[in-house]
Amino acid sequence: MRIVVLTKPVPDPASGGERLGADGRLDRTNSPAVVNGNDEYVLEKALKLVEAAGEGEVILLTMAPATAPETMRKALAMGATRGVLVTDPPIGGSCTVATTRILAAALKTLEFDLVLAGVDTSDGGAGVVAPGVAALAGLPYLSYAASIEPDAAAGKVRVNRITPSGYDVLEAPMPALISGTQALGEPRYPSLKGIMAARNKEITTLTLADLGIDAGTVGTAGATTKVVDSRAPEPRAATRVVREEPDEAARQVVALLAERRLI
Amino acid sequence: MAGIWVHGELAADGSLAKLSTEVATLARSLAGESGGAEVTGIVIGADPAGGAAELARFVPRVLVVTEPSTVDHAAGTIVAQRLAALIEERDPDIVLAGAGPEGRDLAGALSALTGRGVLANAIALRGSPDGPIATHSVFGGKLITESALTGGRGIVTVRPNAVTAEAADSPGSIETVAPAGELTQPAVPIIDRIEAQGAAASIDDARIIVAGGRGVGGPEGFGLIADLAEALGGAVGATRAAVDSGWIPYSQQIGQTGKIVKPQLYLAMGISGAIQHKVGMQTASTIIAVNRDPDAPIADFADMVVVGDLVEVGQAILAQLRERSG
Ligand SMILES: Cc1cc2nc3c(=O)[nH]c(=O)nc-3n(C[C@H](O)[C@H](O)[C@H](O)COP(=O)(O)OP(=O)(O)OC[C@H]3O[C@@H](n4cnc5c(N)ncnc54)[C@H](O)[C@@H]3O)c2cc1C
Repeated sequence: MRIVVLTKPVPDPASGGERLGADGRLDRTNSPAVVNGNDEYVLEKALKLVEAAGEGEVILLTMAPATAPETMRKALAMGATRGVLVTDPPIGGSCTVATTRILAAALKTLEFDLVLAGVDTSDGGAGVVAPGVAALAGLPYLSYAASIEPDAAAGKVRVNRITPSGYDVLEAPMPALISGTQALGEPRYPSLKGIMAARNKEITTLTLADLGIDAGTVGTAGATTKVVDSRAPEPRAATRVVREEPDEAARQVVALLAERRLI
Repeated sequence: MAGIWVHGELAADGSLAKLSTEVATLARSLAGESGGAEVTGIVIGADPAGGAAELARFVPRVLVVTEPSTVDHAAGTIVAQRLAALIEERDPDIVLAGAGPEGRDLAGALSALTGRGVLANAIALRGSPDGPIATHSVFGGKLITESALTGGRGIVTVRPNAVTAEAADSPGSIETVAPAGELTQPAVPIIDRIEAQGAAASIDDARIIVAGGRGVGGPEGFGLIADLAEALGGAVGATRAAVDSGWIPYSQQIGQTGKIVKPQLYLAMGISGAIQHKVGMQTASTIIAVNRDPDAPIADFADMVVVGDLVEVGQAILAQLRERSG
């Protein structure tokens, strides 16, 4: 079982340090990078599937600035076999269209049974890259997975896709691309051994030239969207602290609800 | 024909998603601010008539495509191919879709197939001489950004509760069309649909959410949360701590790796307000928290914090709500 996991380094949402630079793009210097939360869930699933198969590899595919290996090592420490990093200065400022094209082109250089991606990222959060990559690569696309069950002998994979009222059970031939959620299970912590081993794991670098992509069509130059303005949100009103006994406290809650026409 | 298109998303039962009625309402105001651009609804599905009639209450014109394969196949990629073909034929400037799972799957495939850019998760949208300007809440709500599409053309996904849906003065026309071309992307069969037992009301576009955290203490504790939600006419939400403990399904989780919601009222019971939870609910109009710890982070951004035991306070609130409606 060979599984490619799309892994994005994102500013740590818990750091509180995310901000935009003067160019309206993410300022990556102001907060530590971590592996995107949803990507960790699919990575965990990929590791389990390869362990269960008893053979195979988990390959990280990342498109990011040249500092990315630092973050990719965290995912390698969890147990991924190796990493592939697409990095090239002109890629900076790429919109989702360019990102999708680049990742789809990079996938062509790899052999795999499954491609897994988190349903969205904590920094961009568009949730459109995975379906876009599947469309460009011509892969069956199974999204919002709460479970992933490959049947290697039959060459098929089954996914429970989360719906508003339960699940749709989807089935597709492999190779296929699956976007996954936290419902896949808690990611493991890297062991000390894993951290040591990660240092020597291979991270291959690909450039735009390697992928045959014209630098003028990606990055800021080729961007289909642009941030034109930013501002701090309206501050919320001061908090009213209620310390009365339950009955009186409840009266104050209900009074506020009535005042705001919520009941 | 240039203009603004609205994708009418169909639920599994063929009805129009509520989110689409909001997006359609937004499209009309965007058109008004964009020199009176024409608004067209698009409904694509196996049995699109009902959804099309519903969407026609909101927009002057609806184009309908009957696509039998969506009845038992994952819809996003299929609908994207039909929509891409229509776009090729008629060349609208803007395509609007909902920012829920269906709309995102659609927008991603559509963007890849057409090369058009996506402004994702808009919380507001207005017209400008350079095309639509979308407002976004980013970095967990720390920043509001405004973004444009290069050349003023592309796709925009819109979050629930950006506007209140309002039907147009008169219903629009409905026209059946058949875009050219074959479906070339692999279709993914749905081999079974499983209804979760006691599936809770959806939090996605709920006006009122009562959410429980670790403080609720166990699955039984969610009984009180559900009673409060029922008394308020709302839905039940939860933190990851409650979901991880198995007290409530993941579909109800709010936050970074759950759902992002924007209700009128968010009643947080036994929730500390960790950053990963806050990013999912902080744009709620009114936030009321019940927490026995006055220093919990949620006290920094709630409108009201009741310091006390959630069972005692919750039961008192419930009793008073029931008395009122009595
Ligand atoms: C990658 C990643 C993604 C995450 N995504 C999410 C997400 O999507 N959503 C999410 O919610 N979290 C998410 N988290 C987890 C998040 O960091 C917090 O751990 C979680 O939100 C805490 O949930 P909680 O508030 O229920 O529990 P706690 O932080 O334990 O808070 C419980 C609160 O209840 C109060 N309390 C206890 N008993 C009572 C009582 N009897 N009466 C009144 N008050 C009481 C306590 O004072 C405390 O404030 C994520 C974390 C990571 C690392």
